[in-house]
Amino acid sequence: MTNTNILKKIKVQRTLLLMVLPGVLWMIIFNYLPMYGIIIAFKEFKIYQSMFEAPWVGFYHFIEFFKDEDFFLVMKNTLGMSFLKLLIGFPLPIAFAVLLNELKLSRFKKNIQTISYLPHFLSWVVLGGIMITWTSEAGLVNEVLLGIGIIQKPIAFLGDPKYFWGIAIASDIWKEIGWNAIIYLAAIAAIDVSMYEAAVIDGANRFQKIKYITLPSIAPTIAMLFILAVSGVLNSNFDQVFVLNNPLNSNASEVLDLYVYRTGIRAARYSYATAIGLFKSVVAFALLFTANKVTRRLTGNSLF
Amino acid sequence: MLEVMLAILMIGFLVIIVLGISKQSRYEIKEMFSRQSTGSKIFDIVNIIFMLLICFIMLYPVWYVLILSFNEGSDAMMGGIYWWVREFTLDNYKIVLSNNDIFKAFIVTVARTVIGTTTHVLFTAMIAYSLSKRDLVGRKIWLTMGIITMFFSGGLIPTFILFKNMNLLDSFWVYIIPTMFSFYDLIIFQSFFRGIPDSLEEAATIDGAGYFYIFRRIILPLSKPVLATIALFCGVWHWNDYFMGVIYITKNVDLQPIQTYLYRIVAESASNQAMANMPDGVQKATTTSGSIKLATMVVTTLPIVLVYPFLQKYFVKGMLLGSVKG
Repeated sequence: MTNTNILKKIKVQRTLLLMVLPGVLWMIIFNYLPMYGIIIAFKEFKIYQSMFEAPWVGFYHFIEFFKDEDFFLVMKNTLGMSFLKLLIGFPLPIAFAVLLNELKLSRFKKNIQTISYLPHFLSWVVLGGIMITWTSEAGLVNEVLLGIGIIQKPIAFLGDPKYFWGIAIASDIWKEIGWNAIIYLAAIAAIDVSMYEAAVIDGANRFQKIKYITLPSIAPTIAMLFILAVSGVLNSNFDQVFVLNNPLNSNASEVLDLYVYRTGIRAARYSYATAIGLFKSVVAFALLFTANKVTRRLTGNSLF
Repeated sequence: MLEVMLAILMIGFLVIIVLGISKQSRYEIKEMFSRQSTGSKIFDIVNIIFMLLICFIMLYPVWYVLILSFNEGSDAMMGGIYWWVREFTLDNYKIVLSNNDIFKAFIVTVARTVIGTTTHVLFTAMIAYSLSKRDLVGRKIWLTMGIITMFFSGGLIPTFILFKNMNLLDSFWVYIIPTMFSFYDLIIFQSFFRGIPDSLEEAATIDGAGYFYIFRRIILPLSKPVLATIALFCGVWHWNDYFMGVIYITKNVDLQPIQTYLYRIVAESASNQAMANMPDGVQKATTTSGSIKLATMVVTTLPIVLVYPFLQKYFVKGMLLGSVKG
């Protein structure tokens, strides 16, 4: 295309271009300036100076973090909790969607679905409040356990690091199982009914129908969501941990995002916290590509 | 004994609600048990019981908070309340609703939800409309810029420093301006706009309408489903967000949203804050910091729970819309 043609086109599309402009400016300011701001991870930045003035320190902050005794604890909590969530929390919505699909009562099915994603719309603060109320020493869980006689004296569940992972994982599953099942239900709904009819003629029972038709048909969806879940293992659900953590359980609740918040915002160690954030992004990116590759090799499905 | 009876009553109630008693459901139940093998019948029954259990697990925690919030706080401390209110009182709510701080926080939350959602939807839709034109000059560049933001971000600290330099800290606009645009939503809008027949726009162009006029008078009215979906997602997010209030509102407490307020009493165990701010004479001996906390939780959640049953069909559609690749 010649220059005059482009100019002509710009003239015709000037309203459209004016409509895109605010979005481009917005992205430059709110997405790209912070990306540029990452350079302070390699500098010694103080809030009263500009980013240019700050002296370069190379990988000093990264090394500082790897040497820090918190590094091991933070990584253990982040990865441990995330992998358990992946292990337990990832298959459950699939199972739930498959079982829900087997229900033949349409009204019942619809109601269950509605109810199952109600918790998704509660905020983590409210949910954290419920959790704290339930697990306190005078709370319902203790009351029931004492009543049945499993324990002799009340346990402060959130005051003991030993229980934290369990509470975090269980509440996360409770909140999101229904919501996460929606996408699988949609995938199941798209399966050709004639496949099931053919299977019935061949004498398949219900388990065989699930095993040989339903699950293979939604495998691409499963693969796609799995890749996304793996790349997010360093995220460890910040909102939830932020609400539920306290000084007593910090041994089990201190995760990467929380650590970035504490060192960066609370302690104002901007460069150090940015370095940790960057470390996290790089690992997440590597995980995304690895998961994509492995999933493609194993199942033939991939995100890109 | 009474409790067991109440439990049975509630489960029965639950069954009626969820199974439905319409003609169609009676037909389906009959259908389910005829022409089936025994194994299949057992599977169905186990499945239904399992689903009822899920239903109970999902609803009970919410129910429990609700009844405790209507119970006298000092009485609730003795425990033993599972199914129904024991000592009914509205005192918890009186205290919550007469608390000036909560009232302010509530106004802030409503304002940010309404303004934030409106600006987000209109702004993002406008840019998406423009970008949905395949022959737009520089389209590839603008799209690439957006896609990169889906994978890379500056992270918490550089964003915080940016907001600080822009004087957005302790300002109401911190809720609005940085959340005005989302590239994910742009993609959803774009795929919807593509489905609108070009002939409509062509006809309008012949009549002398400009792009912006077309967007405002033709595209927007035709896009109600997708606008509603994105607005609902965005509205729920705004309503439930507490983190922006925690991190960007450092001094001006009057600007904290209600979830941040709740966060402060729930997580930072400053539960006495609510009581300390009470006007004299309002506080009754029967309320406790715990029961007030529960009432606050109900008050903050109520708006969402009330609109949720009416809007949930949009959510599901929107979720599916969002899952369409590219």
